[in-house]
Amino acid sequence: MTSVTYRKAISRVLQETLDSDPRAFIMGEDIGTYEGAYAVTRGFLDKYGPERIKDTPISESVIVGAGIGAAMSGARPIVELMTINFSLLAIDQIVNSAAKLHYMSGGQVSVPLVIRTVSGGGNQLAASHSQSLEGWYAHVPGLFVVAPSTPSDAIGLFRTAYRDPNTVMFIEHSLLYGSRGQISDDPDFTIPFGEADVKRAGDDVTIITYSRMTHVALAAAGALSDEGIEAEVIDLRSLRPMDTDAIVRSVRKTSRAVVVEEGWKPMGIGAEVSARIMENALEYLDAPVQRVASLDVPMPYARPLEQAVMPDESRVIEAVHRLF
Amino acid sequence: MKVLTKPKMQKSEYMDFLRQMLLIRRFEEKAAEMYMRGKIGGFLHLYIGEEAIAVGSISALKPQDYIVSHYREHGHALARGMEPRRVMAELFGRSGGSSKGKGGSMHLFDAERGFLGGYAIVGGMMPIAVGLGLGAQRLGNDSVTLCFFGDGAVNEGEFHESLNLAALWNLPVVFLCENNGYGMGSPIQDTFAGTDIFRFAPVYGMNTPGKIDGMDVFEVMDATKEAVDRARRGQGPTFIEAKTYRFRGHSMADPMVYRKKTEEEEWRNKGPIMRLKRHMEELGFLSEADIQALEAQIEEIVNDSVEFAESSPVLPPEAVYDDVYA
Repeated sequence: MTSVTYRKAISRVLQETLDSDPRAFIMGEDIGTYEGAYAVTRGFLDKYGPERIKDTPISESVIVGAGIGAAMSGARPIVELMTINFSLLAIDQIVNSAAKLHYMSGGQVSVPLVIRTVSGGGNQLAASHSQSLEGWYAHVPGLFVVAPSTPSDAIGLFRTAYRDPNTVMFIEHSLLYGSRGQISDDPDFTIPFGEADVKRAGDDVTIITYSRMTHVALAAAGALSDEGIEAEVIDLRSLRPMDTDAIVRSVRKTSRAVVVEEGWKPMGIGAEVSARIMENALEYLDAPVQRVASLDVPMPYARPLEQAVMPDESRVIEAVHRLF
Repeated sequence: MKVLTKPKMQKSEYMDFLRQMLLIRRFEEKAAEMYMRGKIGGFLHLYIGEEAIAVGSISALKPQDYIVSHYREHGHALARGMEPRRVMAELFGRSGGSSKGKGGSMHLFDAERGFLGGYAIVGGMMPIAVGLGLGAQRLGNDSVTLCFFGDGAVNEGEFHESLNLAALWNLPVVFLCENNGYGMGSPIQDTFAGTDIFRFAPVYGMNTPGKIDGMDVFEVMDATKEAVDRARRGQGPTFIEAKTYRFRGHSMADPMVYRKKTEEEEWRNKGPIMRLKRHMEELGFLSEADIQALEAQIEEIVNDSVEFAESSPVLPPEAVYDDVYA
């Protein structure tokens, strides 16, 4: 085991991929000379050259579309969209093409493409740069959507994503790049899609979450433990497919559930998880499922306002208290 | 059509062009009939009138090349050699169709022939064409991608993103704009502020022969051949604007109130099949007996495609879950 940052973990797994598969290449905005908006691809241009580390124009639609076409032709592109907010300029290619070509062709073509992008707020980047839109993609059949919260999960999920013959939205979080964690040195370590991870075991309440909110939930669980409530924290890791069994198993044990997400509440991940609990474990519940999400407003710029919008430890604790 | 003192090709090659164009014409007429009889659902966009572009341009390709197209793509699929049976069965929504009835008229695919799809979002195939070119460049093979789109795509952002990137990276892609003068029911002069579409090519540093006569199968063939050869030599993308006209409505649902009968008549008189026939007659390559034989042969193929489609079953409902993921 080695301790690395989330940034380093992703950088490592990308290099491992480029080293082992000559078909692999990366393209995106400012990934080469600039070395990546979040410095994930630092040093890549020197190491791999401009043919495999391709700086693109600011043209999200053709970046993704070129990824789709290259993937169909037998190359193995890894596309970086600087943030998920910018993915909206490519959503036609992601939703109307990448997600559907296998189906619409009756299985004749497939699109083995990994689209890495960055979600979430917390950097005072205001309303158009702080969104958590992964749920939009998780809505669409034909796509896989994963959102790792730790360096180890990032590596395990990336390896699975790269080896998969479908298009995978690989959602990173800007506030996690500096966070550290242990990673396995085993090159065969992978994490299957649709397998949630119990990040903390507990018997009294289940907190279901993913990405950065996993850490918020874990902090809340620590504080709750001090008052005698043992929370089980489930990190979904993969939003499509979603590990319904893990959620249901835990809720049947604890009888209480809180869903924590950084996106908005309406039509969100929390709504989906709540529905799955209702469908599969309603009779086990001692209280209605609670949802903690960002406030239902565009993200404000001012720091105290931004902080007020995003879920934090105290709001998770309050939600848990409402269950008892 | 230019007056030629001597033939451009062997007689058999002329006959092959005529056969392909007639096949498309008769196939589309039959598809329209089947649509009217309720055998085909959804949208049906006919290629009638534009046959010279598909046949002329695709004749310039090699087996390893790729094609992506728009939702008026039956002609491109047939010109690439896709079996009429598989196309008709797809229009019928049957399991014997090219996509087992899951794609329909607007989403024909034949991966074996490098026919990588009809795309129903205007301009949506252009970034993918760039990617196919990029794939060929990255993998070091000599595949060239031919990308069909209409004049309506010119006002999409993806058009500009794609031209720029293809030129920037010197990719082996031929962009072929089928300018039929209308984006659905809107005439181009109401939607496009520029004068000629091909003028975008030099803006993006791209080679172009300019505007060609899309009703002349040889002009299309020559322009495409030069573009494909350039691309294969590593000399980058080319942009071709082919002027054409669709003789039928945008789709079968189109009452065609937006254009004048005189205009339609004028274009019909420039019809690509009629012109090819006349030219072949002038060369002494086509007799009335030849035409009758050809028509009979094509009628048989088209009728066979309908029989095949009729007899092919629809997938069972549980098959909707197949092929969502590879």
